Amino acid sequence: MERLQYEVEARGAATARKPVLVGVTASGNCEVLVEAGGAPERCAIDVHTAAQGFGPIWQAVLRDFGERHAAGGLKIEIHDVGATPAVVSLRLDQALEAWEDDDA
Amino acid sequence: MRKRFFEASARERVHGVVDTDSFHEFLPPEARVSSPHMVMLEQPAAFDDGIVVGAATLDGRPVLVAAQEGAFLGGAIGEVHGAKLVGLIERARAERPAAVVILFDSGGVRLHEANAGLIAVSEIIRAVLGARAEGLRFIGLIGGAGGCFGGTGLIARCCDALVMSEEGRLAMSGPEVIETVRGVEEFDSRDRALVWRVTGGKHRYLLGEADAFVEDDIEAFRAAAIHLLDTPAEFSLESVEREHARLAERWQRFGSSTDAPEIWQALGVPADADVAMMNADEFVAMAAHCPGRNA
Amino acid sequence: MSNKDTNWRRGVASKAARVARTADLADGRRVAAEHATALLERVIEAGDRVCLEGNNQKQADFLARALAAVDPAVIHDLHMLQSVVALPEHTALFDKGIAREIDFSFSGPQGTRLASLVEAGKIRINAIHTYLELFGRYFVDLTPNVALIAAEAADAAGNLYTGPNTEDTPAIVEATAFKNGIVIAQVNELREGLPRVDIPADWVDFVIVAPKPNYIEPLFTRDPAQISEIQVLMAMMVIKGIYAEYGVKRLNHGIGFDTAAIELLLPTYGESLGLKGKICTHWALNPHPALIPAIEAGFVESVHSFGSELGMEAYIAARPDVFFTGRDGAMRSNRAFCQAAGHYACDLFIGSTLQIDLQGNSSTATKGRIAGFGGAPNMGADARGRRHESAAWVKAGEEARQGRDVMPRGRKLVVQMVETFREHMAPAFVERLDAWDLAETMGLANPPVMIFGDDVTHVVTEEGIANLLLCRDLDEREQAIRGVAGYTAVGLGRDRKKVDELRARGVIRRAEDLGIAHRDARCDLLAARSVKDLVRASGGLYNPPSRFRNW
Repeated sequence: MERLQYEVEARGAATARKPVLVGVTASGNCEVLVEAGGAPERCAIDVHTAAQGFGPIWQAVLRDFGERHAAGGLKIEIHDVGATPAVVSLRLDQALEAWEDDDA
Repeated sequence: MRKRFFEASARERVHGVVDTDSFHEFLPPEARVSSPHMVMLEQPAAFDDGIVVGAATLDGRPVLVAAQEGAFLGGAIGEVHGAKLVGLIERARAERPAAVVILFDSGGVRLHEANAGLIAVSEIIRAVLGARAEGLRFIGLIGGAGGCFGGTGLIARCCDALVMSEEGRLAMSGPEVIETVRGVEEFDSRDRALVWRVTGGKHRYLLGEADAFVEDDIEAFRAAAIHLLDTPAEFSLESVEREHARLAERWQRFGSSTDAPEIWQALGVPADADVAMMNADEFVAMAAHCPGRNA
Repeated sequence: MSNKDTNWRRGVASKAARVARTADLADGRRVAAEHATALLERVIEAGDRVCLEGNNQKQADFLARALAAVDPAVIHDLHMLQSVVALPEHTALFDKGIAREIDFSFSGPQGTRLASLVEAGKIRINAIHTYLELFGRYFVDLTPNVALIAAEAADAAGNLYTGPNTEDTPAIVEATAFKNGIVIAQVNELREGLPRVDIPADWVDFVIVAPKPNYIEPLFTRDPAQISEIQVLMAMMVIKGIYAEYGVKRLNHGIGFDTAAIELLLPTYGESLGLKGKICTHWALNPHPALIPAIEAGFVESVHSFGSELGMEAYIAARPDVFFTGRDGAMRSNRAFCQAAGHYACDLFIGSTLQIDLQGNSSTATKGRIAGFGGAPNMGADARGRRHESAAWVKAGEEARQGRDVMPRGRKLVVQMVETFREHMAPAFVERLDAWDLAETMGLANPPVMIFGDDVTHVVTEEGIANLLLCRDLDEREQAIRGVAGYTAVGLGRDRKKVDELRARGVIRRAEDLGIAHRDARCDLLAARSVKDLVRASGGLYNPPSRFRNW
């Protein structure tokens, strides 16, 4: 297990909504929980991963995520069991999509 | 378009089974009520410990709902997972909903926290039976990839009624367990056709253990659950004794059978029936004409 | 005259002498199963070239066991010729000292064992061939002295019925029988009135009824339930960004889930793009169960196959307009002809790999594993001898020329389709192929590359499509590959400005450049979501092996 904590610059600020969960903690997969909270220009991401030593890859994946989405002011927590960057990016995109779709 | 129960997540299943937008989750993921054991074992946890619990309406009537996430550790029951289910049942005893609906998808006790899991299973069974004795109704839905085995199989059989799809599996010992204990000659767990023949929904329906048989479709599970809200439910010493007598008789009759189709034919399934390829409607219609089916 | 005669007839004499030694074992052509090893000890001589039929699917497994049981004091130093090294008996021959060297094509499950035999100095691997190349050498300098083959049935005369899994048998038997070699067939049964004759009796020397039917591996069955949304996304990009763009009608697909996803998207996504009849009409392909929905939707006009696939027999027999079938209704596969078709008659090959380097060279050979490549190098190579034109071939050639004043010539489309990371975060893109190390271990002059970079025209990953035809120089080619290599070290090492430029020129295209939204790449787009769906699509004719069922 490795715990990695990042703060990435976000393209814009997200609207505050109810928490969103996508994905499952399962082999080759990850679950992503998105909540409101934090500075509006940055996104805080907390990663718990079963795979050791992939810090630089997480950094790059999350930087690109910040460039893609208006995720400012969001707090994201990820439980990962060896998901590939493609799967992680997909889950993050799905989570943000669900966040934006939620009209609560 | 049909939404498959088999490949949906626990949360997707719950949302699809209950009335649209009626689900209110207790201890949702952001509450982070997850397993303390997994962290100690350096294993990634799940925010909800692999079970979704909450309140909803089903066809406009209040229900409490639980759904196990089969993809997280095979849906196995750990301490928190079990406690969430026990808590839901206790709540049902206070709130008296029309039913407690449990979407099973679990291989049994979580090995990472085995003792706590075993205790949880017995607590759940006691809670279910206690609640049933007070007239509460339990409906189980089985159609996930993890099946319903071990302790979870026991819990399922303590419900008033079960709905299964062909893809759903229900048994005490799982296929791998039987093979490990008794050898591959007794049971080849990699022979998937065999596994589904003897644990799958069609077999369980013909044996009378599943009360409804549906297509792998969340909407079909929902319709079956609604239907079961109003079927007679009885739980008494006599009903338990009747069930025991039925099981003893079944053991007498089929204890020496070596494969499911032998039993089906004894129950009245025509020898030339292609049971595996029948869709739910065809299968249920055929089963209705089986004199031996213990409905 | 007679002296001269003898000098030119040594092979004939040798064969006669070998056969003469079997007089007390054989009843005509028939030999009892319990005498199989004794038969081999009589007809095989030390140092012989022995072709042991092991194909992608069908295995002469009984004869393999019989050969592994010969006395190494008598029979040794054999030179094995095999399409596939698949069974434990195949490697046991070397462990026991019965065989010493080998020429082969593919060794999937025995790849690790082969590597350790090389390490131990117990085997000499002369070359890892592509199938057509190995068959070619049977007719040039590697003609077998003895061929051990498998068939479904024989009649009393010795005619053989190979049924749907004819596979490599005709090529092996033809080379052996017409050059004084001895052909020994294991059959599942003796039957009078064979459904059809695949190998005539006078090409066959001995027939043994094996105690158990020969083993057949269902190698091409992919459970649709295991296809991921990432694979769906990549498949959508291939259909829209390559098949539709070039109008690819004649093609071959690899074996993986990536290409199974394409097959399952044809009747849904492909249909929605109006591509029916415009792409994927003619195939050199094993009867993939995943192709059933496309066939049923009327996408597919013709499929010729290398081998068959377990469970597809009744479906194939019921679709003779699509598959090549005999008068008995069963398929006639033929690996040699299908490989020739795949090389010369197809406009596109698409397949996956384990490693791709900066120039697009790819290999499935990794450390400690000598796997071989089967047919991929043959199909995944430009057919330099090809002359006939097709729209796809001409367009690919035009792109490769890029207006340069050289002789116009078409190109085959060779597509490598990989996720940037495989399981356990193993990167698909590497600076240096493991094949270089393997070449050293094996004493090869050249690394065992599966598909050479200069044959690859497109690399597809979840990040996009790199069209290597449009790259002007090696540096651009490297940046195009880096530009789709995702978060691998190779991908992170990209020149971002150059990659942006390549994208602006259409050399690199992302899903969004093709008008494909990530959110649309859902598994419910697949025409079948389970093996049972495939059975239903086939009208109940597909009968999948037990291990692929959940009913």
